[in-house]
Amino acid sequence: MEDNRIMRPISRVMIALSALALLALLFVPIWRIDLAAPQYPEGLYMQIWADHFSGDTEKINGLNHYIGMAHIKDEMFTEFRILPKVIMVLAALGIVAAAWGRRILLVGGLVTLSLFGAWALWRMWDWGYKYGHELDPKAAIKVEGMAYQPPLIGHKQLLNFDAWSTPDIGGWILFGVMALLAGVYFLEVRDLRSKLKARAKASPAS
Amino acid sequence: MTAALLGAAGVAFLAINTMPGCKPNTTKTMVTGDAASKVYVKPGTHDEFYNFVSGGFSGQLAVYGLPSGRLFREIPVFSVDPESGYGYSEETKGMLMTSYGFIPWDDSHHPELSQSNGVPDGKWCFINGNNTPRIALVDLGTFRTKSIIEIPNSAGNHSSPFTTGNSEYVVAGTRFSVPMGDDASRDVSIKTYKENFKGNVSFIHPDPESGRMSIAFQIATPGVNFDLSHAGKGPSEGWFFFSCYNTEQAYSLLEVNASQRDKDFIMAVNWKLAEQLAKDGKGKRVPGKHYSNWWNEETHSAETTVYEDVLQLDPKDHPGLLYFMPCPKSPHGCDVDPTGKYIVGSGKLAALIPVFSFEKIQQAIAANDVEGDFGGIPVLKYESVLHGEVKKPGLGPLHTEFDANGNAYTSFFVSSEIVKWNVEKLEVVDRVPTYYSIGHLCVPGGDSKQPWGKYVIAYNKITKDRYLPTGPELTQSAQLYSIEGDKMELLLDFPTTGEPHYAQAIPAELVKPREVKFFKIEENKHPFVAKGEKETRVERRGKEVHVWMTTIRSHFAPDNIEGVKLGDEVYFHVTNLEQDWDVPHGFAIKGAANAELLIMPGETQTLKWIPTRVGVWPMYCTDFCSALHQEMQGYVRVSPANSNVPLEAYTLSVDAEL
Repeated sequence: MEDNRIMRPISRVMIALSALALLALLFVPIWRIDLAAPQYPEGLYMQIWADHFSGDTEKINGLNHYIGMAHIKDEMFTEFRILPKVIMVLAALGIVAAAWGRRILLVGGLVTLSLFGAWALWRMWDWGYKYGHELDPKAAIKVEGMAYQPPLIGHKQLLNFDAWSTPDIGGWILFGVMALLAGVYFLEVRDLRSKLKARAKASPAS
Repeated sequence: MTAALLGAAGVAFLAINTMPGCKPNTTKTMVTGDAASKVYVKPGTHDEFYNFVSGGFSGQLAVYGLPSGRLFREIPVFSVDPESGYGYSEETKGMLMTSYGFIPWDDSHHPELSQSNGVPDGKWCFINGNNTPRIALVDLGTFRTKSIIEIPNSAGNHSSPFTTGNSEYVVAGTRFSVPMGDDASRDVSIKTYKENFKGNVSFIHPDPESGRMSIAFQIATPGVNFDLSHAGKGPSEGWFFFSCYNTEQAYSLLEVNASQRDKDFIMAVNWKLAEQLAKDGKGKRVPGKHYSNWWNEETHSAETTVYEDVLQLDPKDHPGLLYFMPCPKSPHGCDVDPTGKYIVGSGKLAALIPVFSFEKIQQAIAANDVEGDFGGIPVLKYESVLHGEVKKPGLGPLHTEFDANGNAYTSFFVSSEIVKWNVEKLEVVDRVPTYYSIGHLCVPGGDSKQPWGKYVIAYNKITKDRYLPTGPELTQSAQLYSIEGDKMELLLDFPTTGEPHYAQAIPAELVKPREVKFFKIEENKHPFVAKGEKETRVERRGKEVHVWMTTIRSHFAPDNIEGVKLGDEVYFHVTNLEQDWDVPHGFAIKGAANAELLIMPGETQTLKWIPTRVGVWPMYCTDFCSALHQEMQGYVRVSPANSNVPLEAYTLSVDAEL
């Protein structure tokens, strides 16, 4: 008799593909911060990858020294050292789940991914908090009560700059994977229900 | 009765006074209501065309936008520019070196854009130095002078620097013929002009990659004054045409003595043949010391090559190289239409415009249809090579540009107007006054195979009452006309720097993608570069003190220097560490006898400074670089020659100072 705990092949393929998609996070920017000011019509931007920053960080550093912000460099975000490994482990777990095929693993995967996302956002917020608050006391420009923490997501005004924080390709892939897995889970549950219903109809006696 | 007569006279007077057409046209009647909207470029938006305009006696090249007429930049070319340090910094001095030494000025006349397939490509702009014969190449990625070559065996480089269709060559010609050769051959009486004075035309090759220029060959000619020139194109590709006057070979009071003959010449040069002869080793090296200077963008320094001689071709040994075509009278402009079929001579003392046919020139050459020779060069028969004459076009024709619809636009200095005429039919179709006394004119792409048309711009010699007066010396001026309709329409007057001679215009879209925004610091190979503040230092080399200095918003490193002594020469090698667009820093020190520096991001420039008194000397940034620009300063302590103050340089952080 069919094992109800095992997912359909199509769902397992989807999970395997999701796991592979997660690997893309190693090669594309995950988050980005855009800055605009009157004298920067072309804008400044910064991207956060799994293991480094990129973009106009040097220009941003040049500007931020006036208000005493730290130099943005890869070493200051210690998570860069473990993030690629975490992503690889998540992808590996996804492959295992697809191979094994137990539905409960899908639930576990969704929970794990959500925890991962929450952790990553928390780390980013924490980094942004320190970056925006721990200012050099000898900075040339001091604005009473002003902190320069970049927004976690969305828009914020920081002195003469408008700052926008949004997911980049990697962020969208992560959200996409989570949405896909949630969809797969939803369809699996619906399929299981209809199967159980059909079975009940086929053998009303039992 | 008397009262009635007086009354009638009064009415007549009033009638005359109010009659239209009794006063000359003024701008009021010239400009139509919507002219302003046609030249209005909204704040924050860009002009459609770049307009590169010669500075004339300023020696520079000015850059305007069209249709707004706004001035963006004056590019230092032949004249020193203290505001940027061009010609004053140790690195740039070499750009103005010649066999006559350092020449800090010139008279620049004719900008000419480089071409690909006969069309301006937006890569370079050439311009001639008239006085100390030179040609400069301006790079349109950096808008800076990239190379300058001196033209030997020349005096007055006027008919220059016009280009062949793929910028294989740009040309130079002698406005003044002069005696050439060794010292003994040059030290002759001016009265021996006819025997001893010679002209020549030079073909200069710019390297397509580096822009470095060298003289490919010179062609010796009889002694005349070469005035202007243009390359053939299409069917006439491979030929070059030079106007020449003073075929009387006068050497005194030329305004009379060089205006006697009814016809002077346009000289046709078969440059493809000359190129082949040069390649086959048919020329000979003749004395002709000259400098070729080139700006190295990696070392941020000029590099100079000195040549002792030059390859010369003698047309007497090579029939078919040169031909003269009679052209009335004292021709100035020498312009080739976009089809390449017609050559327009503008006899500035003639009452007509002759148009020559390239096809007929070839037929006349093949049939040996000559009327004689001039200095051994065959003179083709005027009637045999003529396409036709534009009759009574105006007074004092000077220059002609073209649109893409078969029309020519000729400037008339004496009658102060632009006359539009049909090249094929030789008929005048429109005329419009200029204010006042137009010299050159420009249609975007108007001397190329594919004119962009749209406007004709007049570059005037006189402004008088056109602008707010500024004493005896008035602004120079250009005027923009629309040529989109059947009638030319005046849109705008705009003032210009120096004296505008020729100008060229090109769609901005062909130039903008080339823009260099800053120099990459990692590619800086200047021998005294400091690629970070850790590399800054001072070093004494005998009487020379070298300072490796950096700038970044908003401080110098080092900003305090001690141990300089009277009698020292201090070299400030300033590297701008910025790596962003539009963040230059300036460097100035009190009592600097040369200039200041303006250093672009990623660049290193050197200012030599000789202190003259003991004391502490201030230095500061002259370019408002940031909110803390006014804090960007430092001190140099100068001690007596026999002092024992050790040489040191420092920048103290807050902690150390407090």
